[in-house]
Amino acid sequence: MNSTQYVLEVDNLAVEFDTYGGVVQAVRDVSFKLRKGKTLAIVGESGCGKSVTVQSLMGLIPMPPGRITRGSARLGGDELLHIAPAALNAIRGKRIGMIFQDPMSALNPTMSIGAQIAETLVVHRGMTASAARTEVLELLHLTQIPEPEQRLNQYPFECSGGMLQRAMIAMSIACKPEVLIADEPTTALDVTIQAQILLLLKQLQQSHGLSIILITHDLGVVAHMAHDVAVMYAGQVVESAPVDDLFYRPAHPYTLGLRAALPGNDPQKQRLQIIPGSPPDLFAPPPACAFADRCPHTMRLCRSAAPATYTRPPPPASQASTNSAHEARCWLHHPQAPSSPVRSSAAT
Amino acid sequence: MLIEATHLQKFFTLNGGRRVHAVDDVSLGIAEHEVVGLVGESGSGKTTFGKTLIGLYDKSGGEVRYRGEVLPARYTAADFRQQASEIQIIFQDPYGSLNPRMTIFEIIAEGLRLRDHCSLASTRDKVVYWLERVGLSADHLSRYPHEFSGGQRQRVGIARALIVEPKLLVCDEPISALDVSVQAQVVQLLGELQESMGLSLLFIAHDLSMVRHVSDRMAVMYLGSLIELGPTEAVYFRPLHPYTQLLIASKPEPDPAHERQRQDPLIKGEIPSPIDLKPRCRFAGRCPKAEPRCFVERPVLREVQPARLVACHLL
Repeated sequence: MNSTQYVLEVDNLAVEFDTYGGVVQAVRDVSFKLRKGKTLAIVGESGCGKSVTVQSLMGLIPMPPGRITRGSARLGGDELLHIAPAALNAIRGKRIGMIFQDPMSALNPTMSIGAQIAETLVVHRGMTASAARTEVLELLHLTQIPEPEQRLNQYPFECSGGMLQRAMIAMSIACKPEVLIADEPTTALDVTIQAQILLLLKQLQQSHGLSIILITHDLGVVAHMAHDVAVMYAGQVVESAPVDDLFYRPAHPYTLGLRAALPGNDPQKQRLQIIPGSPPDLFAPPPACAFADRCPHTMRLCRSAAPATYTRPPPPASQASTNSAHEARCWLHHPQAPSSPVRSSAAT
Repeated sequence: MLIEATHLQKFFTLNGGRRVHAVDDVSLGIAEHEVVGLVGESGSGKTTFGKTLIGLYDKSGGEVRYRGEVLPARYTAADFRQQASEIQIIFQDPYGSLNPRMTIFEIIAEGLRLRDHCSLASTRDKVVYWLERVGLSADHLSRYPHEFSGGQRQRVGIARALIVEPKLLVCDEPISALDVSVQAQVVQLLGELQESMGLSLLFIAHDLSMVRHVSDRMAVMYLGSLIELGPTEAVYFRPLHPYTQLLIASKPEPDPAHERQRQDPLIKGEIPSPIDLKPRCRFAGRCPKAEPRCFVERPVLREVQPARLVACHLL
């Protein structure tokens, strides 16, 4: 695989926070690659470090108390971490756009929608106020917001969540970014509005050639949107795979557990499978496998040594060269490990 | 029916006399040992219905009967005290609904103390029993809510509600603030308790697939109206009302092959404002099948197939 296929590469990122209770290791060794024009979903539960990961790419980690202790992130060839504020400002909002979970609190309540979007254009593209206004109207049309002319002069409190999310999308794509980071963009919205917003993101990806990082905890949204998926647990990526492999041949017991905890759609009502226990304390993360205490397949090794990341051979019928690798951070994929459900290649 | 609302209404009056039709003419009953799932989007009035049903809001119209007896339209403190050992509620936000200055022991024991006029110490055994029953332990007694995760707090909320052994439990979006794996834990716990205690449950949620998992009958609300009611499996797999059909079809499934076949969302626009509603079908403005009469006449909920009630002119 040649590296120009990737717009964004993150290697071995680690982020800590100083708190009164001690040091929280929120992100511990996260690596992923975002393919050009594709969507990478980062999935995980609250506190797994998915939001901190993308916030550190955007320079949004407050330092102190936060600290990026390790790792690198490159957009094209340009480093994003540990760079001067001026250099970061030239990238953030321009080459990487971001939309947040709660549009009501992410937008400035004292500025009209139009002025907030125009601000980006004036700062990054040096537009005059009147040129920016024309452009904003065009952007709002693009996001299919109802009555865009009227929205220009309205304030966030006058709009619904769905409309605000459209306005935020307009803002994030105003400078034609290479990468769009969407942090739980539909979590605060109803399913019918979610469907509309996801469709909009897909259309924009096509028309603008956007590469999207989608943070979500909803596996339905992942299946709908993603080309590649990274599953995070306790500050680490425990499995990364092309979307079909992740759903049909999950390789990490945590991924398997997440799938089973969802009520299925089959007419036969099945008992929900439960992942017992709760995620580990990131003040003192377990030295070995973070999932060992909740895993149905734990071996003695899992509690004594941190698992390496293993690459799974692609299924025989796939075109392996065009897909991303399927990797899992789990001892069960060691060549000498006993057989287990996560190693059988059968669809689950 | 254990509890039955007939033509229940709840309006809120705004400045200038405009009215919010939060719950507008909803009739819904819950039988003994039955679980009714109530679904709808934000602003549909499902939470307001639950709270009005059990007296947390004064009723604007209609009535509620509990075991045949009419409940007061406006509750006094004495009414609540009398009702508390029969009807309980668990709330959506496990962070906001526990007093941060009380220990878990005090929180769970409070209902018993008030009902039996007994000392805190005398309730200890029962509180420990309930802590264990919801999957916590006696070690947690002297801790405070901030020391617990969302799922654990929701378990505390369940123990607090069930320690007085009510007959009816209203669950107001009990899992929507929780992570997927924890949602399954809480739903399973509620299901087990419902069965072993013979509880009746009103399970309010916006996640249809979870509601399908726990409920016997499913009720769908839209903009203050009950628009569909029927056996859960029938409503989920063969929805009749155009809104229910679109609602169920809008939810993405955790299955990439299925999602690639998905058609673009048919539902346009957003849920309109519930202020000063006109007498017409509440869904007419977004309905792909709407006819002229949908805009001038409000459909009533009626039986269109055995046990299946729908409010739609087209059926």
